[in-house]
Amino acid sequence: MSKQKKFICGDDAVAEGVRLARPHVISAYPITPQTITVERLAEYVEEGSLKAEYLHVESEHSALSCAIGVSSVGARAFTATSSQGLLYMAEALPYASGARLPIVMMNANRSIATPWNIYGDQMDAMFLLNSGWIQYYVEDAQEAMDMMIQAYRLAETKEVMTPVMVNIDGFVLTHTYELVEIPEQSLVDEFLPPISMPENSMSLESPKSLCISAGNDTNMEFNMKQHFDMLNSEYFIEAIDKEFGDKFGRYYNGMLEGINMDDAEIALITTGTVTGTTRVVLKKLRKEGKKVGLIKLRVLRPFPVEKLAEVLKGVKAVGVIDKNISFGYEGTVFTNVNSALSTMENMPKTMNFIGGIGGRDITKEDIEIAYEKLFEFLQGEKIERVQYMNVRCDY
Amino acid sequence: MLKLNAHTITNKEYFYGHKACGGCGESLALRHAMKILGENSFAALPAGCMAAVSFIYPNMAFTTNAMITPFAATASVASGIAAGLKALGIENTQTIGIAGDGGTADIGFQALSGAIDRNADIIFITTDNEAYMNTGIQKSGLTPYGTKTTTSPAGENLPGSITQKKNMFEIVAAHGITYAATASVGYIEDFLKKVQKAKDTKGTSYIQVFVPCPTGWGYPANETVSLAKAVVDSGLWYLAEYENGEFMLNKNPKEFTSAKDYLKKQSRFKHLNDADIEYIEEQRDKKWEIMRRKWNY
Ligand SMILES: Cc1ncc(C[n+]2csc(CCOP(=O)(O)OP(=O)(O)O)c2C)c(N)n1
Ligand code: SF4
Ligand SMILES: [Mg+2]
Repeated sequence: MSKQKKFICGDDAVAEGVRLARPHVISAYPITPQTITVERLAEYVEEGSLKAEYLHVESEHSALSCAIGVSSVGARAFTATSSQGLLYMAEALPYASGARLPIVMMNANRSIATPWNIYGDQMDAMFLLNSGWIQYYVEDAQEAMDMMIQAYRLAETKEVMTPVMVNIDGFVLTHTYELVEIPEQSLVDEFLPPISMPENSMSLESPKSLCISAGNDTNMEFNMKQHFDMLNSEYFIEAIDKEFGDKFGRYYNGMLEGINMDDAEIALITTGTVTGTTRVVLKKLRKEGKKVGLIKLRVLRPFPVEKLAEVLKGVKAVGVIDKNISFGYEGTVFTNVNSALSTMENMPKTMNFIGGIGGRDITKEDIEIAYEKLFEFLQGEKIERVQYMNVRCDY
Repeated sequence: MLKLNAHTITNKEYFYGHKACGGCGESLALRHAMKILGENSFAALPAGCMAAVSFIYPNMAFTTNAMITPFAATASVASGIAAGLKALGIENTQTIGIAGDGGTADIGFQALSGAIDRNADIIFITTDNEAYMNTGIQKSGLTPYGTKTTTSPAGENLPGSITQKKNMFEIVAAHGITYAATASVGYIEDFLKKVQKAKDTKGTSYIQVFVPCPTGWGYPANETVSLAKAVVDSGLWYLAEYENGEFMLNKNPKEFTSAKDYLKKQSRFKHLNDADIEYIEEQRDKKWEIMRRKWNY
């Protein structure tokens, strides 16, 4: 049997993945560069290839609030947004995660106003790192599609019961066309069984009060349970990815992928599409005999503390590429990485490369420079720990 | 249809054990509404007094399914619930949103408008106590002119709130909603009838019920029902319906009882002088003149 392949963009790939996951209800509000996804889903519902309710909501706050309602009765919900839209629904994010509702959302990573800009950086999702949602970052259209399926499986795992945000870099991925393999529905149905969450959904058989209030005598315990279930979801992220690999032949290495890390002296850490560019540079530098490596962080919440420390054993200097700035500090991934690496006996030296803000290209040359700077840093040259890639003003 | 009153409605309680103040008009409205809506109800309540007093872990006041929603999201969560139930093929259920005046006319307005636009299969009940009570009596879009609240203080320069009560009923009707009504806990049978009508309506329906609040308004707790009657009799509130594109007055008093008597029973209006009250009466008369003219009475 020949495998079905389609030449589609990242947004299309997300829609394909969502269709295969068979959500009961879709509620979303348009925003560039997410729009293609919600347009496709509307078409699928219209033509009947996806049997779902499609709710035309009047805002992102309502998009997620609808999804909360849907999920609260034990139905499968999907929403998608980006940038201003993600921030507009921000209030409802911890609401969903606290209520342990397994909603899946696609976030097309886009810059945040002001200045206004529709292009890709990862400032939007970083804002919501603390929202209690599991956060995936994907590299290409195939992974985007595959992760929609994995995301539902993970979110709905009884021990996890946590909403999942799949982050897709704006334009570079959402609008870029690639050949994507579409799995068979029957295989997806085997991998992703119908949703079942009798313990935390409202039902006629077992009426419940949800999204309750808890005073200072119990509130912390609710939060602890949520926190530890999220920490423990790392196990399921790994297991589900392996099972996916066995079934569909594509394995993404769970929490993170290490490339050429066995003998690497220095390494770059990336999230999302910049990984692809870095792979190309890595190949070239390796050919030149340089002991360089790359780590693709696939999940930022939960954060892969142990796995990251493990893969960086023996590495002398690490650079983190951040497509975001935490104003007044540094890149957010960098902060997270440093904390994780401080658990190591011999912590590598660390550098931050902030770039790609407002959709500025991070080129192969930029990445090569980053590797070079890491070598200089390692050799003890006096060099700023936080570097800004390709900036055109004095600062 | 059986006349709905204290004798004919169920003795079952679906909403009790909450921590609302004695004499709370909102909880009275909820208790009665739930008796009509019944055990297959799914209730969505935003932040506000009713959510605050009914879901305090581990004591839950609803025996039916119920949940607190984000403050702005009553109508959107409710329409999500309805859509989820529909998609799962679960029938004979009733999804309701129950929000305060602030949760309806201010922060919840957009989501309500969106839900009506989608004709979501929900009932939206506004329990209107004319201020943000849960946060300590602040002015909302449904606070009437001359009300003293903690953010519209009455003093030398201002008579309390200086804006008119937002005309939510007609704003909702202007969406072309299937069914909308106003009500008051002072006329409980009328309210029960309207809840039943909303229950029998497919698509979105809206009921705005007037619910006095002893704590926020400053009157003895045993006056809740009499004030809720007096407000209708004095013409400062009205009982109406919107159905099949037509407005209807359920009560069209030939003469109004004294507005002053109604106002002066409450400390939120204590500061009003005769000129203020005259102005309030003028505004009332103007509103009735317009309603009667537009609705052919
Ligand atoms: C987004 C958000 N803003 C503000 C609040 C604070 N808040 C909680 S209840 C409330 C007032 C509710 O007033 P109303 O809707 O009239 O209901 P009532 O308490 O009078 O029943 C406010 C302002 C909140 N919980 N959420
Ligand atoms: S403050 Fe008013 S609305 Fe709130 S519980 Fe007390 S009486 Fe009811
Ligand atoms: Mg109120």
